[in-house]
Amino acid sequence: MGVGPLHIIGNVLASDIRMATPILIAALGLLLVNEAGLLHIGVEGTMLIATLAAVAGSYYTGSVWGGLLCAIIAAGLMGLLFAFLTITLRANQTVVGVAINILGSGLSAAMNRVLFGVSTTIASIDTFKNLPIPGLSKIPVLGTAFFNQMPIVYIAFLLVPVISYFLFKTQPGLNLRAVGENPGAADTLGINVYRTRYIACVVGSMLMGVGGAFLSTGLLTFFSEEMVSGRGYIAIAAVIFGRYKPTGIMFASMIFMAGNVLANLLQVYGVGIPYYFLNMLPYILTVVALAMLGKSTMAPAAQGKPYRRG
Amino acid sequence: METKQNENIILEMRHIYKQFPGVLANADICLNVRAGEVHALLGENGAGKSTLMNQLCGLIKPTSGDIVIEGKVVHFNSARDAMAIGIGMVHQHFMLVPTMTVTENCLIGATDAGYLKLNYKQAAKRISELAEKYNLEIDPEAKVGDLAVGQRQRVEIIKALYRGAKILILDEPTSVLTPQETGELFNMIRSLTEKGFTVLFISHKLNEIKEICDRVTVLRLGRTEGTYNVAECTVNDLARLMVGRDVSFSIERKEGTEGEAMVQVRNLTLARDAHTNLLTDISFDVHAGEVFGIAGVDGNGQNELVECLTGAKHATSGTAMYEGKDLGKESTRQIMSSGVSHIPADRHKAGLILGMHLTENLILQDYYTPKFGKGALLDNRAIDTYASELIERFAIKTPSRYEYAGSLSGGNQQKVIVARELSRNPKFLIAMHPTRGLDVGAIEYIHGQIMKQRDDGAAVLLVSTELEEVMKLSDRIGVLFEGKLMGIVNPSETTVEEIGLMMGGTRLEDIRK
Amino acid sequence: MKIDKVKLKSTANRSLTSVGVSVAAVVIALVIGMLLVVAMQKNPMKAFTSMVNGAFGPGYFTETLVKMTPLLLTGISFALCNRCGLTNLGMEGQMYIGALFATLVGAYVTGLPWYIHVPLCLIAGFIGGGLWCLITGLLKVFCGASEIITTVMLNMIAQFLIEYLINGPMIATPGGNPQTKNVLASARLGTLIKGSRLNWGYFIALGCIVLFWLFISRSKKGYEVRVSGMNPTAALYSGINIKKNILLVTFLAGGAAGLAGCIEIMGVQKCIQSAFASGYGFDGIAVSLIGQNSPVGIVFGALLFGAFRAGGNNMMRKAQVPDSIVNVIQALVIIMVIGSQMVLEIMNEQKLRKQARKEA
Repeated sequence: MGVGPLHIIGNVLASDIRMATPILIAALGLLLVNEAGLLHIGVEGTMLIATLAAVAGSYYTGSVWGGLLCAIIAAGLMGLLFAFLTITLRANQTVVGVAINILGSGLSAAMNRVLFGVSTTIASIDTFKNLPIPGLSKIPVLGTAFFNQMPIVYIAFLLVPVISYFLFKTQPGLNLRAVGENPGAADTLGINVYRTRYIACVVGSMLMGVGGAFLSTGLLTFFSEEMVSGRGYIAIAAVIFGRYKPTGIMFASMIFMAGNVLANLLQVYGVGIPYYFLNMLPYILTVVALAMLGKSTMAPAAQGKPYRRG
Repeated sequence: METKQNENIILEMRHIYKQFPGVLANADICLNVRAGEVHALLGENGAGKSTLMNQLCGLIKPTSGDIVIEGKVVHFNSARDAMAIGIGMVHQHFMLVPTMTVTENCLIGATDAGYLKLNYKQAAKRISELAEKYNLEIDPEAKVGDLAVGQRQRVEIIKALYRGAKILILDEPTSVLTPQETGELFNMIRSLTEKGFTVLFISHKLNEIKEICDRVTVLRLGRTEGTYNVAECTVNDLARLMVGRDVSFSIERKEGTEGEAMVQVRNLTLARDAHTNLLTDISFDVHAGEVFGIAGVDGNGQNELVECLTGAKHATSGTAMYEGKDLGKESTRQIMSSGVSHIPADRHKAGLILGMHLTENLILQDYYTPKFGKGALLDNRAIDTYASELIERFAIKTPSRYEYAGSLSGGNQQKVIVARELSRNPKFLIAMHPTRGLDVGAIEYIHGQIMKQRDDGAAVLLVSTELEEVMKLSDRIGVLFEGKLMGIVNPSETTVEEIGLMMGGTRLEDIRK
Repeated sequence: MKIDKVKLKSTANRSLTSVGVSVAAVVIALVIGMLLVVAMQKNPMKAFTSMVNGAFGPGYFTETLVKMTPLLLTGISFALCNRCGLTNLGMEGQMYIGALFATLVGAYVTGLPWYIHVPLCLIAGFIGGGLWCLITGLLKVFCGASEIITTVMLNMIAQFLIEYLINGPMIATPGGNPQTKNVLASARLGTLIKGSRLNWGYFIALGCIVLFWLFISRSKKGYEVRVSGMNPTAALYSGINIKKNILLVTFLAGGAAGLAGCIEIMGVQKCIQSAFASGYGFDGIAVSLIGQNSPVGIVFGALLFGAFRAGGNNMMRKAQVPDSIVNVIQALVIIMVIGSQMVLEIMNEQKLRKQARKEA
């Protein structure tokens, strides 16, 4: 167990993967919403609600998994609200997304006061612990990086092939993509466009909730106001930069967060300046990608357009 | 219609009413279709054909009335219900996802392809088999976005067959096809009915109904006119039934006073990419005081030609000289401000701003001139006066000049465009599908206005896919096929057959050889 | 003359309904907000009165006007883009860059009299915000990139850029608070009422409302912008250069937001601190939404949200109710307004349908 360069690489990789996890899960959730043809800017707000719900759930049930369940339910309700406004009422998706962000920010802070009062002492709650995979976690470097993580990390990376398979190899996945590309055609083929969009929106939001829960009961062990701090926007960036493919999104999340990890590392060593620029990295990369890809971004053709029958 | 028991009726629609906001689209429509026949549904645009068929394929529900399939009353909650019972529809605007393959398109919404394990290979194989069986050549792995129009229609038909359709509804299937492709389609229809399929053929093209259909139900203004055996009707009978009175195939016209060549198009070419062209070597003149008609099936370069002449696109090579200017190179603003007017093809998409007042729609071509304000600001009083004047002069029916363009009827909307463009006294008028989707009264009015421009000495370029319209109004006709001009003929010296052949890609010199 | 009455009546009806909707939305949102206060075991009446007092009470109203100032400008920014068919979510970033430009001119250019220095700073702020938003316009026109995404991304980039500058090169006292030097006295907007923070920036913002009205409703360029926004194809066929209009509008809209940041620095904050513009950008969307993109509507929308911000502060001090409640209320207002607009539209459709059925 020397403090050699290999050891550092293993640790850096491990922390990159850990940091990328909330982004990855939220982005995969957003992917489902986008594939249904909905443009969802409100990832940040949805995650924020979930961070609080997870802490509260863990506090009251005494189990971090209870917290996760609460986070999933809370985020799902936000998804339902978004779906109702944009699908049933056909409201402007961008504006509703912004409202969800403001609501998430306000409601999480307010409910925090309601539940835990103004006290500054942090309630101690059950949180996620590392779950080393027997055997594999002993492999040098790779073991620390990949096989000594929290359960949610494994789930997040397992979701990549699962969602990939779902989208491209199953009937509901094909139907979902058809709804996002050409809802009119999907309708003539007997697919209930509204229902498909509702389900995708709620399930997608639930995944964003898992991402939020991991922030407050995994990466950290408490709730603080605005603690998502831009990760919702990074998730949006990851979906675009990953070209609407689960594996692409996985690499995008890891590249984005590598900048963050590097920034923290450099700050430790007193090299402060690149910190802010490395944090900018996800956004700059996405703008550059948008500039180079232009219209061939692979975004679903009907994204952002409300659908009405007849 | 009383003897339905012994006629092997497969489909019956009884007293169908369908109400849309502000429009009664179907009123008391009755339809019965025999198994194995090709049954035509004939009617003008807006007669209620598409609405009726959307109810039959489960997309919308009738306000009242019954649909009876093989003797049983059925209720459709979605297109899936209609498909399950064997009804398949080929929409006029194809319902395909261009980014997916043929097979994927066929599998969308399927219920028997393996839910969580999509059996893609088996589906592709079945599609190949179907294609072979009914002579519908297609590659199941091809991306739909890469296919030609005729092939996409084939995908639509295969999609319906793949879902087990017994009754096929074809909505205006030939409107996007060349006469040759139409012939192929008719062969397909014949081989399908031989194998026991029933076909509902929606059209307003009389000759096609004569050629392929057994019986015809005529719709007019949302009501049933009656059902007839096609063999017992002449084309003129059908026309009378459809329009409700005798159709005149000619217009009273003054002898054209052919003036100088106002517009000279020479070798106009517009490239699509390095190897293919959208327009190739187009040459023609439009003289002052004449209507030059462009005929052809939709999508054979008409849009591109008009775009090249109005500055929306710049020609790759060749010229289109007008008053010493090359229209192929000028900007739209320069062209429009020099006495050119343009009635665009689609009044909703290109002609009007539906969410703006009539006043603001009427100044769209001239808002920047000193007439409507000397400096940077608009002169509202001048605009109001001008709008009132045009509304009166062109008899636009509207509650006020501040009505939104979107709230007017189709005919009045088109009148707004015509008023805007013709009041500018153009020397060169480009009119594209000027009467598409209008009722007879509005068509006559607009035809009259166009002819008046011609008589007053304007050069008119009329682009239309309605052969009748082109034949009626034009002094000379050019036919476009795949971006090439097949020939220029005089309507009095040509036949519909000759033009039809050119529309299908035969050059005039080869026809008259 | 008869026709004009028709116009008056139909527009009056239309705006009356929308005013009714907005008022009802605010009331319902407030009620829900107060229920949350009850849940916090605080006195909702006390919270409500302290909020109203903090917004409109004597000595407090000026603070509402102070908070209203940037909202007027970000409201204009969103509305202007919206009229051209664009969605600008980047007002916050544009505010930061506007503030940055203004601070550079205001704190580092010395020796100018106020009547030159103040306008110079305002222009710099306008140009800063304008250029930042122009990036979005250029990406849209030349690359076809969605402005919704690029503006959101540029927000974050601007935020980190400012963080970098106030922690590094522009820090006033190295090792001290992360903030820039104060702008010089000659570059400050004077206060209007002694003891308050209300400054000339308020009138500058109101002036921008007038300019916005003049541009969008009366000018030929504004007409072009509206045509481009409502029907790009029609614009193309009438020879309107949509791309130029997009570039113009993104520059002007960014400029308006930049001016908001610039006034906030020159009139209120004096220097750039971390996240000083937080929330003003997205609130601008709500302002413009409630105001239905119209100049008068934006004034009322900005007043309302300004009152929420000022009142929220007071509520926190007097009733110990956290001002995050205000965020909740604001979000609810947006949701209610947009929701009820759509409900009205759908009801209207159904009414037409019923009417037609009766006629049949």
